[in-house]
Amino acid sequence: MTAIAFASTLLIFMLSWQFGSYETMINASVKIQTGHLQVQAPEYNEDKDMRRVVEKPEEIGKRISTLPGVAALAFRANGFVLASSRDRTYGAFVVGIEPEREAALSTLKGIIRQGSYLAGEDDGQALLGELLAANLQVGPGDELTVIGQGRDGSVAATVLVVKGLYRSGQDEFDRSAIHIPLSTFQDVFSMRGSVHEVVILANALSRVPEVKKKAREALRETGRDDLVVLDWRELLPGLVQAIQMDLVSGFIFYVILVVVVAFSILNTFLMAILERTREFGVLLAIGMKPKRLVRLVLAESAVLTFFGIAAGILFGVLLTGYFQEHGIFIPGSTEILHQFGLPERIYPRLSGLSVTLGPVLVFLITLLTALYPAGRVKRLRAVDAMAAP
Amino acid sequence: MILEFAWRNIWRNRRRTAIILTAVVIGVWSMIFLGALMRGIADQMVRNGIATLTGHIQVHQKGFQADPSIENRIREPGEIRHVLEETMPAKSLWTARVRVPAVAANARHSAGVTLVGIDPPVEKDLSFIGQAVRSGRYLEKEDPRGILVGEAFLHQFETRIGHRLVLMSQDTAGEIASRSFTIVGIFQGEMESTEKAYAFVTREAAREMLKMDGAVSVFAILLPEEKDAGPLAARIQNSLPPDSYEVLTWRDMLPLVSAVLALYDQFIFLWYVVVFIAMGFGLVNTVLMAVYERMREFGLLKALGMRPLRIVGDVLLEAFFILVIGVLAGNVLGILSVLALKTRGIDLSAVSAGSEFAGLGRVIYPTLELRDILLANGVVLILGLVVSLYPALRAARFTPVEALART
Amino acid sequence: MNMVECRDVKKIYRQGKMEVQALRGVTLSIEKGAFMALAGPSGSGKTTLLNIIGGLDTADSGTVVVDGDTLAEMDQGDLADMRLRKVGFVFQSYNLIPVLSARENVEFIMLLQGVSPRERRERALSILEEVGLAGLHDRRPAELSGGQQQRVAVARAIVSGPSIVLADEPTANLDSQTGSDLLDMMKKMNEEKKVTFIFSTHDRMVMDYARRLVLIRDGQVDGDHPRE
Repeated sequence: MTAIAFASTLLIFMLSWQFGSYETMINASVKIQTGHLQVQAPEYNEDKDMRRVVEKPEEIGKRISTLPGVAALAFRANGFVLASSRDRTYGAFVVGIEPEREAALSTLKGIIRQGSYLAGEDDGQALLGELLAANLQVGPGDELTVIGQGRDGSVAATVLVVKGLYRSGQDEFDRSAIHIPLSTFQDVFSMRGSVHEVVILANALSRVPEVKKKAREALRETGRDDLVVLDWRELLPGLVQAIQMDLVSGFIFYVILVVVVAFSILNTFLMAILERTREFGVLLAIGMKPKRLVRLVLAESAVLTFFGIAAGILFGVLLTGYFQEHGIFIPGSTEILHQFGLPERIYPRLSGLSVTLGPVLVFLITLLTALYPAGRVKRLRAVDAMAAP
Repeated sequence: MILEFAWRNIWRNRRRTAIILTAVVIGVWSMIFLGALMRGIADQMVRNGIATLTGHIQVHQKGFQADPSIENRIREPGEIRHVLEETMPAKSLWTARVRVPAVAANARHSAGVTLVGIDPPVEKDLSFIGQAVRSGRYLEKEDPRGILVGEAFLHQFETRIGHRLVLMSQDTAGEIASRSFTIVGIFQGEMESTEKAYAFVTREAAREMLKMDGAVSVFAILLPEEKDAGPLAARIQNSLPPDSYEVLTWRDMLPLVSAVLALYDQFIFLWYVVVFIAMGFGLVNTVLMAVYERMREFGLLKALGMRPLRIVGDVLLEAFFILVIGVLAGNVLGILSVLALKTRGIDLSAVSAGSEFAGLGRVIYPTLELRDILLANGVVLILGLVVSLYPALRAARFTPVEALART
Repeated sequence: MNMVECRDVKKIYRQGKMEVQALRGVTLSIEKGAFMALAGPSGSGKTTLLNIIGGLDTADSGTVVVDGDTLAEMDQGDLADMRLRKVGFVFQSYNLIPVLSARENVEFIMLLQGVSPRERRERALSILEEVGLAGLHDRRPAELSGGQQQRVAVARAIVSGPSIVLADEPTANLDSQTGSDLLDMMKKMNEEKKVTFIFSTHDRMVMDYARRLVLIRDGQVDGDHPRE
């Protein structure tokens, strides 16, 4: 019975861990990069072509931000430039953001390490990733010249002043992006008031489908169905697939584990039943039908299993709950986690699914295991049975 | 004869032994097979990292790793060449490259790339690029305007072989240098990010464009044996003036990969322990059952004068036989199943975006490493014996009188 | 010197909450080469006495000296050694190890004693012949009759070269002819090899075979009858 309990506990813990880490990864990626949903011009997501814009975004923004389930909304525009400081030149992405609305949407404001965040009127000022700043050898107050290509193909160039430096922990990100006010961007890149992305943050991951549907309706109603609404799954296909991969591999591991456990306990079941052969013989002799006996045996196994699973669930929930509060720290993993945008501690998450999936699997396989000894019971003959030692 | 005795005792209850053996075999098989898969993933990451230009060792101007700009170029490569000639073992390959951050642009697109100026004939055997060109051609020694780009890069830029590409970067005078190249070849990398990140030209072309004269950016070295990297790197460092150059191994240059490797070692071990615990329950139960069944016999043995220690030894021996059979069978199964997959590998192209995200390539090859196999076997055998100690001790404790009275 | 000296031996058994006085002060001397029976009804304590003499059980009070060794002064390890080298046991049933053949069963005890494989084999085959089981030595206990099994048990008891053989109701599961044959053989062993035999029994036939009969009743000696 301990084995059953163990298996259940382990599965609950591991599943909660998995789901918890997925949720963390999703939330992290969503908050720092993409938001839960975005409204874009069709195919912009594939090729990031500067010319695929969302014209007159204000109306859309107003409509969508009033939808239920929407927590925050902001506009963004993206471009690529050569950035030159006094001694260095590097290629970088430029992102035009609305400082106030962006702060409600992403973690950018919170990760400023030097200098300060952008304010609405900070025309011509920029936020840089720390690594990029180090490469360019600039700090707050220094000047940066950027040259790129505007929406209409013309040369886009300007001088920016560094206002603040941020560090997200994801080297890729910190090495390659410059954030400037949207107004500056639109100016420099000849955007004519358009943007590339309408970024939407929902109240919770679970509300995303609903918001998506409503947003689509809103676009249709305002006659803007030339635009598409993408959710985080479409924006981060890599993440989705990575999670899928992890789920599949996790599943394989679990099944193997439970099979090994099943074989481990098969003997115990057999023993428990065989020990009572004489007893069963008596029952059969006094007139119990074999089928009823089998059902009795199975029922007993089920009850035993049930207790084992119940104990397992109890322990599983307690153990996981404890870590859900305090988080798990794996020594040596900090660097890696940061690269994927995860915090240092992983928090397993108990959910309806994680608590039931494992035990159900254990229950099923255990019951299957009990079938073999039950089958033997079925074939018992009273006389032989009673003669057993 | 003690061996015979223990051996025959195992088979007293065939079915019971068979069941626990199945558990052990499945457990050991999964340890080896899944362990090999995990190891394969870890190895793949390392190989990707190394093959993608890192090499086993690199020599830079001091400060280049932190700030890989043209400022930190190696101005006197001759010094280093000399040292390398003296200290490198036979069969190692090394080359000098130009490596600068640059911007590539055509009429429609522009993006950041790392411009790599290579020595084509030498580079061919050193890094992935030699084997990676899928269409068009590789660079020739004299190829002033030829450039190689990755497949994903080609798509991103909506261009083709034979078209022009302009590259811009900072030259030694601090000005922005630009030069127009023609795409002569397309390469395919393990990961899409590799294809987008690098563009290759000849070293001479890069030097000309950037006004570098005889300077280079890095020396990359590929060794015949990976494990020599650390000590050799130290030797090179010692033979060079300490304040001018930095010598780094792949572990220094890919700290993420090193960290993941260490993590994987832990994961593999953890998996072994978990599987063992799953097995362990069954093992203890089985041996315990066998011992209780033979209580009378143990009483007899004690009556005959067999010492408790020997009884413990016998029970452990029986458990050991079961473990050994299970382990051997599990090993055979495990190794066979890995070998079956070894050439084809597991194809991840269905989830290519996901594997890209996780830093894996398109195919995973399960890798058997002796230490993993030894560890798995060790865990099962040693822990198995430890766990069997409990029933063994109980067997030794039966007082003959009680045991024999159970007639 | 006598083979066995018991002086005022007492033993109490606890069964749950009940206390049973198995031996209430037994004083007994057994000479070397004796062929004697401890007789009495079930529960009289004869088996307990036998077990104590053999070092399988310990007396609560009184002294027991077997072949010069005072049992009270010996720890479990010494007692095990004594059983190995000085005492042979024949039980009523389940004497043999089921997975070993007759020969191997006999060899086993010599293996415990550290005898070389060659010598083990020779002595085993020889003793099996003496007890009339030549040719059956490769059979497992399951393949032997009850009488044959007991013969193997005796062979094993003898081959270890003990000073004393303790037999607890050895003929209980045998029919009278087989039992009689067995006793004949044991008597022969006793006379040829000068090994002391002590039986515990309530079988008339065994009592008739014995050269000395000690009656035990309610944990005490109730009669001591030498016969010849």
